[in-house]
Amino acid sequence: MIKFDRVTKRYADGTVAVDDLSLEVPTGEITVFVGPSGCGKTTSLRMINRMIDATEGQILLDGVDVKTIDPPTLRRGIGYVIQQAGLFPHRKIVDNVATVPYLLGWDRKKARDRAMELLERVGLDLKMADRYPFQLSGGQQQRVGVARALAADPPVLLMDEPFSAVDPIVRTSLQEELLRLQAELNKTIVFVTHDIDEAIKLGDRVAVLRVGGRLAQLADPPTLLARPADDFVREFLGRDRGIRRLSFVSDEGLRLRADLTVSVSADVSTVRGADESWLAVVDGENRPLGWASVKDLPETGTLADVRLAPYGTFVRGRDSLRGALDAALLSPSGSAIAVDEEGRAEGVATREALDEALGKVAGGVGA
Amino acid sequence: MVAGKGGRVNWLIDFFGNPDNWSGPDGIPVRLLEHLEFSGLSLLLAMLIALPLGLWIGHTGKGALFAILSANAARALPTLGLLVLIVLLMGVGTIVPVLIPLVALAVPPILVNTYEGLRGVDPDLRDAAYGMGLRGSEVLGRVLVPVALPLILLGLRIAAIQVVSTATVAAYVGLGGLGRFIVDGLATKDFPRTIGGAVLVALLALIVQLGFALVQRVMVSPGVSQRQTIR
Ligand SMILES: Nc1ncnc2c1ncn2[C@@H]1O[C@H](COP(=O)(O)OP(=O)(O)OP(=O)(O)O)[C@@H](O)[C@H]1O
Ligand SMILES: [Mg+2]
Repeated sequence: MIKFDRVTKRYADGTVAVDDLSLEVPTGEITVFVGPSGCGKTTSLRMINRMIDATEGQILLDGVDVKTIDPPTLRRGIGYVIQQAGLFPHRKIVDNVATVPYLLGWDRKKARDRAMELLERVGLDLKMADRYPFQLSGGQQQRVGVARALAADPPVLLMDEPFSAVDPIVRTSLQEELLRLQAELNKTIVFVTHDIDEAIKLGDRVAVLRVGGRLAQLADPPTLLARPADDFVREFLGRDRGIRRLSFVSDEGLRLRADLTVSVSADVSTVRGADESWLAVVDGENRPLGWASVKDLPETGTLADVRLAPYGTFVRGRDSLRGALDAALLSPSGSAIAVDEEGRAEGVATREALDEALGKVAGGVGA
Repeated sequence: MVAGKGGRVNWLIDFFGNPDNWSGPDGIPVRLLEHLEFSGLSLLLAMLIALPLGLWIGHTGKGALFAILSANAARALPTLGLLVLIVLLMGVGTIVPVLIPLVALAVPPILVNTYEGLRGVDPDLRDAAYGMGLRGSEVLGRVLVPVALPLILLGLRIAAIQVVSTATVAAYVGLGGLGRFIVDGLATKDFPRTIGGAVLVALLALIVQLGFALVQRVMVSPGVSQRQTIR
């Protein structure tokens, strides 16, 4: 655990970058520092590995004041990833990744083996190992930066806007990669960003800082979205925070109707009397094919003869209420088809069911 | 003496073709060795002064103004004038009078390029190096110097070429080196001798240039010079 205890940073010119900050970063979680430019995120982060020393207060790493540890020793035990990757241009990728193991005196082969393992872990082709940084794209360099930070298996990882210099598609894949890695590694991560969406996506907990280095709110994303502490946080979260909140509401409470799915081989006469205007048609393996409109059914034949309308699905138990709502909006029926991990239909979430679930969410806001 | 184009080529043949010029205390080998001695020693001394100083200033950021000012002052010194002055003061018993102005000539390019080379390294890179837990000396030796190496070598090359061509002044105060062919040739109107000496100096400068290109190729990481390494 990293603990900030009444930490203040005043620069030589008098700027107070961080003001009386107290917070805890729990072990094994991602804590995101987010806030507008100049609010002291980078300063706070860099005080942990003593790239900057606090003016007042203490930062405790597992109970030990970082000021009592010699900076290079401290830093070798903390992974550090920065925006521009900062790879050593004169070293091959594999040697860049092995930087800290070499510093720690590992033998060369062990350090290189470890580096190769990490390159694979962060999703890089091993052909890249013998290249130099200038021969990699920005996104690839950033992956190497993450691999380098992880090389000596430090328990703590500090990341300062690591994905903000790459294009949105690459950024999304790097974010997902980080979450996947974190699920395996359980590091204590402090992640700095000015992008609230990134904060909400990655953070187990999000610390919103305001200019002057003051903590405005520290909460998990659903709480932050549901109950912003004040106008500053509300403003910072942006307009669509209601919709974004749904990402954190499980779809478990959503009622499903199993009677609204029919096999494609069924005869039209057997479904004509249905009390719903749309039916979800599935194949022999129970995979969704589309929606059939009951009032437009032909006189005879099976459902295979019917022109089906497009549909949306969500994975039951894994996607959120937002996923279910999104799937519903993709169908003319206004209902969403729930599937299991294998893509087999489990039932239909109708408009009424969605309505009911949304009502519960809205009801929870005031609580 | 009137000579056309062919005449001047004949001068070279006269000079280099004459076996007398290849032996004895005034022969090409001896003069060349003397020249190499002045130049090599001056360059070595200049490196011993300018490299540590440039590395220190570039790494710590301290004393930069002092370095730039004194480098510019040294550049403004007239080499020949300085040489004559030193000879007047010290006499010509040793080669020291030649070394001093040559060292003064070689220090500024080495110092300034080393310092600028280090200073020009991307601050993010420096930051990342410290952030990984490298100590100050490791940041300098393992990151800053390898990355700044092209500029550092450029400073050395400029210094070496200037020293090699300027070492001819030793002859003006009666010392040896390839300059003797030029000075003695002029004094006796032996133009083949003068031209021959000049050609030797030019050749030497060219060899120095090629030598540095080779060193650069061997020492600078392909990652820094951005030479493609992927087949
Ligand atoms: N070395 C310094 N000397 C003086 N003031 C500084 C120094 N470094 C940062 N500051 C100031 O401290 C405040 C916080 O800076 P910091 O870099 O921590 O902000 P940040 O939240 O990381 O901003 P950004 O999102 O733009 O990176 C700013 O007002 C900045 O101008
Ligand atoms: Mg910052």
